Amino acid sequence: MTGAPPSPGSISVAPITLSHYLLLAALLFCIGLYGAISRKNAIGILMALELVFNAVNITLVAAGRFRPAPDAVGQLFALFVIAAAAAESVLGLAIILAIYRRRVVVNADEMDLMKH
Amino acid sequence: MTDPVLVALLVPLCPLAAFVLTWLLARRRPAAAAALSLGAITVSFALSVLLLAGQLQAPTELRAAIPWMPAGPLLIQMGVLVNPLSALMVVIVTAVSLLVQVYSLGYMKGDPGFPRFFSYLSLFSFSMLALVLADNFILLYVAWELVGLCSYLLIGFWYQKPEAARAAKKAFVVTRVGDLGFLVGILVLSVLAGTFDFREVARFVGSGSVPQGQVTLVVLLVFCGAIGKSGQFPLHVWLPDAMEGPTPVSALIHSATMVAAGVFMVARLYPIFQASAEALRVVAGLGAFTAAFAALIAIAQDDIKRVLAYSTISQLGYMMLALGAGGYGAGLFHLTTHAGFKTLLFLGAGSVIHALGTNDLRAMGGLGRRMPVTTVTMAVAVLAIAGIFPLSGFWSKDAILEAARSSGMTAAYVASLVTVFLTALYMSRLFFLAFTGASRGAQAHHESPAVMTVPMIILAAVSVLLGLIGSPLVARGIQGFLEPSAPRPSLDLGLLLLSNGLALAGILVSLAVFGPWRRPASLARAPSGFPYRVLANRFYVDELYLLVIRGVYLGLTRVIAWFDRHVVDGAVNVVGGASTRGGALLRRTIGGKVQGYALIVTGGTLAVLVLLLLAGLGVFGGGGR
Repeated sequence: MTGAPPSPGSISVAPITLSHYLLLAALLFCIGLYGAISRKNAIGILMALELVFNAVNITLVAAGRFRPAPDAVGQLFALFVIAAAAAESVLGLAIILAIYRRRVVVNADEMDLMKH
Repeated sequence: MTDPVLVALLVPLCPLAAFVLTWLLARRRPAAAAALSLGAITVSFALSVLLLAGQLQAPTELRAAIPWMPAGPLLIQMGVLVNPLSALMVVIVTAVSLLVQVYSLGYMKGDPGFPRFFSYLSLFSFSMLALVLADNFILLYVAWELVGLCSYLLIGFWYQKPEAARAAKKAFVVTRVGDLGFLVGILVLSVLAGTFDFREVARFVGSGSVPQGQVTLVVLLVFCGAIGKSGQFPLHVWLPDAMEGPTPVSALIHSATMVAAGVFMVARLYPIFQASAEALRVVAGLGAFTAAFAALIAIAQDDIKRVLAYSTISQLGYMMLALGAGGYGAGLFHLTTHAGFKTLLFLGAGSVIHALGTNDLRAMGGLGRRMPVTTVTMAVAVLAIAGIFPLSGFWSKDAILEAARSSGMTAAYVASLVTVFLTALYMSRLFFLAFTGASRGAQAHHESPAVMTVPMIILAAVSVLLGLIGSPLVARGIQGFLEPSAPRPSLDLGLLLLSNGLALAGILVSLAVFGPWRRPASLARAPSGFPYRVLANRFYVDELYLLVIRGVYLGLTRVIAWFDRHVVDGAVNVVGGASTRGGALLRRTIGGKVQGYALIVTGGTLAVLVLLLLAGLGVFGGGGR
């Protein structure tokens, strides 16, 4: 793991390394995953999924920043993910709305359409 | 048209064209079907005579072949080999075919399967001619099986009759036993020699590069084919049953041509057979045994066609004996004369059956006055097959006896002499029972029509005269034509007296027992002695086969069936059951809820991660880095 280049003006605080970012991202991912699996409300599940996306985004940006020759590729990827996630959220909400209109539930426990 | 190879190609192709055209154009038009078939065989016959004439002028060996298909390192070719032997055979086959087809016009008249009958006859003629002209083992084998197929189709021609269908099946299956050995022999020989061509295989076998024991074994395997096809003991059982077919078929296929294919095959491959003296002795011994064995059975048969069938088996045994004893020319000479008089016998029997509607000799009697042409021609044929001087059968049979005597195989020689007596006995019995005395039930009202009697008259003339071509009277007879090195046959007065004496004795015995002086009632009753029952039941060979098949074969199949049902099927069922039950278990995990799936995916991913981690740490041994 490459150490971060010392930023100008920092004195006493230990430098923030890639590991810190990855740990944060992993934490965020696990929270999101837990939420996605355990929430009953479909909208809550969507929100939890957003957390998962953002964990990925943090990983991408951090990896881009800590490459031997830092560039903007990681950030570019993150932007694409944000755009895709927005579109995906729209789709997810639309599906939830459609199910709500037909069956008047937003409770994921009661959605077992995939069984049939 | 004078190119002999072209002529040889056209000989089998004409009947093939007739067969195809009949099925395309004349399936429902009897007259057209008969015209096609007869026209084709007439052309073939004319061309065959041309071919034989060319060979008689200058006996040569002509071969032309085109590549057919490559088989690994071997190349299978399709070609014709014309030599004196095949030229003689094509004339026999086309001549008998032609006469039988003319006869069939009368015999099969009004049969609903008339066009089908003639198309099969054409197919048979094609197959038989291809068999005769083939220049290599593969083509020979293909034609060999084709004649077998035609035999099957024609025995079972009246397939509505259960006995006919059974007989056809039996003929096919029994000959298959011999053909298996034949095929194995062909393949071993060809692979050893590296070619399928007769002459090259013969050269290879003759070169002595194969151990003697192996040569004998392979030659005997090839001979198995001849045993099956020519109805030699112990595979003779199909030929008498084959008499369920229409009588013209019996005359053409099951007496003169197809069953002679085994004899022809041995003659065609004679250089290969000559490479093994032991194999030739087996051929001679089996031939002599079959000749006497079948002649004995023929005495006690009451079905006129079955008598003739056993007679055919017996005469084929004679031919085999001749070939095995070194009488190459004698065997083929007998094949030629036999084709004449045996066809005539069958056509005569057909004429009787046509008039009476029964095959049973015990119900016949006194046909002489009603059917004069049939009676006279049959009398000629009976005397010819009995070997009475100077009819054709005498010359060829004496040539065989001569060959058997000079070969030094005493038992075979004695068997062949006994067969002379037996042949005269059973043939004259047939004649006396059918044509003399008083009627014992079945009445004939008319002689058969001219289309049937004219071929019989022609064949009667042939039966009288054909023997002369191999008699010592001509300078260069049939033996010299087929085998240039053969010595000119000489007339052995002692042998002449011996064979004719035996034949006359046979006729006299039969006159005493079955002659016209006997009361019809005593002739209509079957004797009941033990020897008679053994003969009438054909030495119980069929029963023995059935016993073996029922006891051994079916027992074995029962064991195998049990193994299949319980072990093989059991294994399959265990696999099937395991997946069904496993599936039922796993099915419970799929509840249709997305979150459940997500949990499974997460758990699975985690498990894989943990495993990878452990592997990376070297927990599983050597795999770790």
